[in-house]
Amino acid sequence: MSKPRRERRSVVAVEAVGPYVLLRIGRGGLEPGRPGQFFMLEAPGRVLPRPMSLCLAPAGELGFLLDPIGPGTRALAELEHGDSIHVFGPLGNGFHLDVERPLLVGGGIGVAPFPYLSEALEHPPVVLGFRTEWHAEAAVLVPQAEVVIDPMLVTEAMPLDRDVLACGPEPMLEAVRALCPDAQLAWEAPMACGYGACYGCVVEIDGELKRLCVEGPVLCSS
Amino acid sequence: MRGRTGALLLLNASGCLDAFTAPDVASLFDAFVTKTVTPELRQGNPPVRIAETEHGMLNAIGLANPGRDTFLGQTLPRLASTIDVPIWVSVGGFSVRDYVETCEQLARDEVACVELNLSCPNVDEAPESAAEIVRACRGVTAKPLYAKVSPHTWDMGETVRAIEEAGADGVSMVNTLRGVALDAGLHTTLARGAGGYSGPALKPVALAAVLAARRATALPIVAMGGVQNGRDALELIACGATHIALGTVLFADVDAPSRVRAELHEEARRAGFERPEDALGVALESVAKPAN
Repeated sequence: MSKPRRERRSVVAVEAVGPYVLLRIGRGGLEPGRPGQFFMLEAPGRVLPRPMSLCLAPAGELGFLLDPIGPGTRALAELEHGDSIHVFGPLGNGFHLDVERPLLVGGGIGVAPFPYLSEALEHPPVVLGFRTEWHAEAAVLVPQAEVVIDPMLVTEAMPLDRDVLACGPEPMLEAVRALCPDAQLAWEAPMACGYGACYGCVVEIDGELKRLCVEGPVLCSS
Repeated sequence: MRGRTGALLLLNASGCLDAFTAPDVASLFDAFVTKTVTPELRQGNPPVRIAETEHGMLNAIGLANPGRDTFLGQTLPRLASTIDVPIWVSVGGFSVRDYVETCEQLARDEVACVELNLSCPNVDEAPESAAEIVRACRGVTAKPLYAKVSPHTWDMGETVRAIEEAGADGVSMVNTLRGVALDAGLHTTLARGAGGYSGPALKPVALAAVLAARRATALPIVAMGGVQNGRDALELIACGATHIALGTVLFADVDAPSRVRAELHEEARRAGFERPEDALGVALESVAKPAN
């Protein structure tokens, strides 16, 4: 497993993808890690960094897809070429890639880890759900994506005979789990540190509150 | 100079670092302070447990820990074999008896120091006063005994004097202040409602607490509260701190122990002191005498 490092890296580009923002950062000595792992990104002017799963790993770069909805993500979205921020990672546990018939299922900003994951799995089928056509513009980042728009749900479009790897809002993950008990699900929780120090990001696993940054963020649901 | 105790120690604040998930970071400190140990296992408070605010953060973890028996039987031996720095054990409880029974079992080589957590804002406090708990624990342990106090006190001098008379070897300050954050829909962000407020906003509170404590006692003071850089640490020393602990900054910067240490030495030299310790208590000289 790649050892996490913390480095100050320069912003290469900030690109709009529908309502989302693709933040491209110089890779330096940072390892991209396994799809589904995440990095803590320094959010300028904020007290705490923000956890972001890796979206793209082109040569010499790390790409993160953000939904600028809060003060931290907005500060990141307002970065410009040449700015630099501290980046710490890769952290947590990513997806297991040894699956026979992978299917990626994503909702909204949950598409974020899929471009990198799709590449690692050699472009498996993908079902993505979005609120609007505008949000669905993010589907261009994932080859072979079948897109459904609200009110249609991903669970109405996904085949059930596949090894599901999913990322999206909690109700979507719960619905996917109900259909595919063995699915690998990437969860989200408010996180202060990303490396097990703060105990802030706990979720209930097997009846116990456990740190998502250490146990996850990808958990096997069964 | 008052309060001089020798070498300055850099520690982590209890509950702000896991030596198992980050042994390299824990090893950068002069001593590692454990997460608070309570008699029984505690899952802690339900999520949401943390919230960022404009100038700090709130936490309502709720003393999540494996409980005393598991800590002593498994965590402590494993900790001692994982890191090579002295271990301070943070002790919590809900009655004086809880604290005493844990302290009785800490007469072990792995334990360098005991810090009584008398001020967690996220659980119900013991009904006894801080001094009563310190006195009872003093009776059962020969380990160095520190008392970690809350900034929620009208008279820090009186609190610290009482703790000193009860037999403490030092005081740690400050724990977090109680605070609340609301989300966009005007609901409390934290499931528990209130949490402990920490981070940069806490620094003036910590400076005031240390200044008042140093006027009242010559005991060593482990100071924490909003330390982001070497200048912050130097200011706490100038107010009377003998040791410095890092808390919230560790969440944002795993390199903080080595960075703050280097900056502290540089800031001390810039301020005209050969060593950071030489600045101990200098701010007290600038406090004007009260008018009649």
